[in-house]
Amino acid sequence: MWAFVFKRTLIALSVALTISVLCFSLLQLSGDLALSIGGPEATAEQVEQIRIEYGLDRPVIEQFTTWIWGAVQLDFGRSYYYQSEVMDLVVERLPVTMTLGMLALAIALGVSIPLGVVAALKRGSWIDRAAMAIAVTGQAMPNFWFGLTLIILFAVKLQWFPAAGSDSWQGFVLPAIALGYYATPAMMRLTRSGMLEVLEADYIRTARAKGLRTGTVIFKHALRNAVIPVVALAAVELGFMLGGSVVIETVFSLRGLGQLAWNAISRNDYPVVQAIVLIIALFYIVLTLIADILNAVLDPRLRAR
Amino acid sequence: MNNLSSTERSTAPASPLLSVKQLRVDLPVAKGTLHAVRGIDFHVERGEMLCLVGESGCGKSMTSLALMGLLPRKAQVNADCLNFDGVDLLTVPERERSNLRGARMAMIFQEPMTALNPAYTLGNQLCEALRRHQQVSRKAAHDRALYLLKRVGISAAEERMRQYPHQLSGGLRQRVMIAMALMCEPDLIIADEPTTALDVTIQAQILHLLRDLQQEFGTAVIFITHDLGVVARIADRVAVMYAGEVIETASAQALFQAPSHPYTQGLLRCIPTPGKTLPGSRLQAIPGVVPNLVEKVDGCAFCNRCDQAAELCRTTPPLQTVADGHLSRCHFAHQLSNPAQLNAQEVTL
Repeated sequence: MWAFVFKRTLIALSVALTISVLCFSLLQLSGDLALSIGGPEATAEQVEQIRIEYGLDRPVIEQFTTWIWGAVQLDFGRSYYYQSEVMDLVVERLPVTMTLGMLALAIALGVSIPLGVVAALKRGSWIDRAAMAIAVTGQAMPNFWFGLTLIILFAVKLQWFPAAGSDSWQGFVLPAIALGYYATPAMMRLTRSGMLEVLEADYIRTARAKGLRTGTVIFKHALRNAVIPVVALAAVELGFMLGGSVVIETVFSLRGLGQLAWNAISRNDYPVVQAIVLIIALFYIVLTLIADILNAVLDPRLRAR
Repeated sequence: MNNLSSTERSTAPASPLLSVKQLRVDLPVAKGTLHAVRGIDFHVERGEMLCLVGESGCGKSMTSLALMGLLPRKAQVNADCLNFDGVDLLTVPERERSNLRGARMAMIFQEPMTALNPAYTLGNQLCEALRRHQQVSRKAAHDRALYLLKRVGISAAEERMRQYPHQLSGGLRQRVMIAMALMCEPDLIIADEPTTALDVTIQAQILHLLRDLQQEFGTAVIFITHDLGVVARIADRVAVMYAGEVIETASAQALFQAPSHPYTQGLLRCIPTPGKTLPGSRLQAIPGVVPNLVEKVDGCAFCNRCDQAAELCRTTPPLQTVADGHLSRCHFAHQLSNPAQLNAQEVTL
């Protein structure tokens, strides 16, 4: 088990390094940074001055090592726009995004797994079809549009929740639903198909032959095996949701990482963009690692590899 | 083998442990209804080993699943009588049925590789059967599981209890399945081709083990197989199935000495005998194919493959009593029951 964890961690670290190189080079490839920082009005001298001030005249390798060395020490430099440390900006907004992401994941898991199980058990019934309809709509609906619909219905018409802001927990309800609904269909369908497959398995027949109660057969013997792929998917979906929060945070005016990223992109605030891309990528890697370990906990066959 | 005890049992007047009369299993399929089991009769005495023999698709697995109540919900089970030790299995509510399952009737399956849940330790899976049916402590269940693992010939049983199915070979897993079936000391074990998926050497070990345990614990066993060699080794009595019917029942001795149905005779001829079957000679086979059980079968189901078929065979043959406890579903059973050329010893080889 520990060998497995160690191996996966090494793989995760090498992925993280690769990501950092990619995320650094993408910005280098997006044109002359000094020119775009200076804006269309800047004179040649001003652009040159910016180039020197931000260290953009140095060789690319040197720029990268400086940046990555800083990043390892959680120092991503200063924001061009806010004139404060990038890390301070991130730390200030991270809790909002994490709260939103976890809440959305909880909603997605809480809806998709029970619904998937019921849909599999009552295959072909109205509830199965209803679940499938929800899945198809969820996959087809853009989440910003769904978010706006929620605002009109629950914030403007019914006034149950605020339309914007992250000051109170109520402010998180609608964005978390909008974000979670986006992840629900895939997880529900995977639970459903997993359950359908597992329920046909020989060991389920063995469990029934032992006279075990239906609940024990379904939850202990079937669901445990059916959720293994769902766990992996949930980790990936949480990564998507952290990325997807760029849109949702903008729609609901939540002061989170997503909103910061959006603003930074539109203001050419490159250190902030780089930092957020790297941080979200790192989250993704950590989540995948956690999913791998959880999978090994759930499926003893994986531990030996 | 063991014929003394089996004849003693067959003359005992006590009611059998399990009696089955006119059991029918119908399954809806794409083209209509599959009549998988078409009205079979048999009974199992306490402590005896009944072999249910037949080729694949003859309804033997369906019969066993019907007895356990494990058929898919869409399957229809009918019978004149399906009585397990005084309990009518046809009318008993599902709740009480599941109380019997695993406790008084247990099952061993064909595929040991997939019959155990990969996510739980063997100890967990062994103990849960006992703890479902009896109010016993964790410790007592654990001790019982440990005792049975040792009894079925698993070394380092304490360590095995903590292992997962994938860490065991097929033969070991089947031993675990046998131990699991014995957890609640059932009166009846249904073993559905338990040795088919195993290597020949392991097969022999498992057969011996089952036979030993059956005699030690006095458990009745319905042993389902397509292998007459296996039957010769372990059976007290045999029921031969063909196309969803039991076409011949007899003690193992009588069946091998005087098979009274052309199908049984054909099956016996198909077994190559070392020393008797010449090297390079063609192996015997029964020509033709099994009738399609989605369509209605008129007359004798075997008549289109039978080399002794006559005009009479277009009518459904009744079960004929050839000798005491020896029944055959053939119009010509009495003529056929003359001492046959084959005997049990040759087959055991």
